[in-house]
Amino acid sequence: MSFERTREKLNILADAAKYDISCSSSGSKRSNKNKGLGNSDGMGICHSYTEDGRCVSLLKILLTNHCIFDCAYCITRKSNDIPRAAFKVQEVVDLTMNFYRRNYIEGLFLSSGIFKSPDHTMERLVQVAKKLRLEENFNGYIHLKSIPGASDELMQEAGLYADRLSVNIEIPTISGLKLLAPDKKHEDFTKPMLAVKTGIDQYKSEKKIIRSTPKYAPAGQSTQMIVGATGESDRDVMYSAAYYYKKYQMKRVYYSGYIPVASDNRLPAIGTAVPVLRENRLYQTDWLLRFYGFDIRELLNEEHKNLDLDIDPKLSWALRNRGLFPLDINTAEKHRIARIPGIGLKSVYKIIEARKYRKLNWDHLRKIGVALNRAKYFITCDSRGWVKQDLNSIQIKGLVLQESASKFRKEFSNQLSLF
Amino acid sequence: MKAQANILVYDGTFEGLLTCIFCVFEQKMEITGIFTEEQVQHHIFSLPEVVVTNIKEYERVKTGLQKIASPTGYKQLYFAFLSELPGIELTILRYAQQAFTQADFSSKDYGDPVVLKIVQTAKMVSREKHRMEAFVRFKLTKDNIYFALIEPDFHVLPLILRHFESRYADQKWIIYDKRRKIGLFYDLTSTVYVQFENYQFSKNSNKKSGIYEENENEYEDLWQNYFNSVNIPSRKNTKLHVQHVPKRYWKYLSEKRPLHK
Repeated sequence: MSFERTREKLNILADAAKYDISCSSSGSKRSNKNKGLGNSDGMGICHSYTEDGRCVSLLKILLTNHCIFDCAYCITRKSNDIPRAAFKVQEVVDLTMNFYRRNYIEGLFLSSGIFKSPDHTMERLVQVAKKLRLEENFNGYIHLKSIPGASDELMQEAGLYADRLSVNIEIPTISGLKLLAPDKKHEDFTKPMLAVKTGIDQYKSEKKIIRSTPKYAPAGQSTQMIVGATGESDRDVMYSAAYYYKKYQMKRVYYSGYIPVASDNRLPAIGTAVPVLRENRLYQTDWLLRFYGFDIRELLNEEHKNLDLDIDPKLSWALRNRGLFPLDINTAEKHRIARIPGIGLKSVYKIIEARKYRKLNWDHLRKIGVALNRAKYFITCDSRGWVKQDLNSIQIKGLVLQESASKFRKEFSNQLSLF
Repeated sequence: MKAQANILVYDGTFEGLLTCIFCVFEQKMEITGIFTEEQVQHHIFSLPEVVVTNIKEYERVKTGLQKIASPTGYKQLYFAFLSELPGIELTILRYAQQAFTQADFSSKDYGDPVVLKIVQTAKMVSREKHRMEAFVRFKLTKDNIYFALIEPDFHVLPLILRHFESRYADQKWIIYDKRRKIGLFYDLTSTVYVQFENYQFSKNSNKKSGIYEENENEYEDLWQNYFNSVNIPSRKNTKLHVQHVPKRYWKYLSEKRPLHK
């Protein structure tokens, strides 16, 4: 193996793959039983973090960045003048094995530009995964990209070797898709999603009858949406996300703030700041949906098409629903406590357990880890210390912003100084 | 009544500490400190009593704690013990005293300061365990052993053993804790603790003696290249980066060291 050449390819093909956000390596059930290499039978591990603060868990590369499509938002689009490269199947296998053996990574995330045809591309991706599993006895994590337009048969085979499959919807609205990726149809994205969902369901039901049924994509599927490229509202984004969670039983939907990669009058100009704060609020909303028992219509609706940027979505919801508060922390039901701003799921669990033994006061709550700067306006507890409950929502918001040192404060003072 | 010692000295093992707890109960001692022999020399303020580790007594305390504090609670005690924080022995004793004397004791009574202290310390150790599972960087030696140096904040080797054993079942490896001068060695069948006498781990000696496989630098280079290529400069967030990868670990992370060439 020529290290010089491999290095060049790796630089090009890792650089091109980095816009794919997903780096999860958890949720699979593939233990190392045969004295082979690797296991992915529990939580994922982030082996490092890049300077932008994102986790490095998988060797995330494209097989090639040659592409027959010309999607405006994509760095590897046909019309873009960039260096192109392609890995051989064996090269990817060798790199994965050597990185894994040194504990650099949890596994492989393999995507690709579409060369020749979707099926041709998908077949190569499957070959890599198959080789790793069958020839190298590799039990690490494999995430394969479902290539839009690939056949159901290939998707079936892919699921046998991969832990997770994903296809990126990229543009949350159909009108946006028409504008920016005229060669692609909405169905190109949803067809492989449906194939994977069918595969998962089918293998699951067979497994109930025959225990030795092989695993099919045990870590499920995920997708990604670019935000801030087509002027879509947060409601558009999150309603789409909720739809994909429900319809295709997605494990994750990722939100990727658009990073300008092209001079194109359909898109934000190069140099426009990445909407990281908006991205953050979308993820918070996503968590509220998946873990905190919220319905998307409570958080975003006709009156509230976009999330507040200056406060988190739970606080924003609570300020609109003051009638539901204050709650007594020592008696309220679990699912209600989960809706109190400043109380995360870990704290919910601790409160539920701890209050069995004594009545909790402010001091207990603080030590347990509750963010009282927000929570105190919405709860009562066993304490003489008294918090004014007759403040209106605007006053509370003002106090919270004043008392907290948000990591985004800087961005706010910039924005506010415009007025 | 005979004057009792209120300082105990043990051998630094968890078995030894649980033996101390046994003695405290059996002899109804009032204890104000439990130390290892090394620690106790620094503050002799009263006559310490040396407790000899007794496996039977350890087993009895263990069984009792597992029953009363639940297996999870017992595990949290062990994790907290491995923090090696000054005074953690005494906190563990207080925890055991509460467990064995309070009728409504629970390892989930987070309103109780001793319980919360143990839970939070265990969490810190568990975080360090997870970090080491992530931050170990093996280098292949000429003897065909994958070798890694670490300097964890807490004594996590016993906790990461199983993870690495099951993950790297088909390669020989050593993970050596430079600070505590003890390591794990897996020889394809089982893992044992090893200690190197008079071994110099300075960077220079490694290079000169050339203990690593000749292509090893190339793989480190590839990894560094990869690491730099996946960064998106327009999203730079140093605070978050350092929060996830604290600077004290950089020394052993090949991607955070300058390139070879």
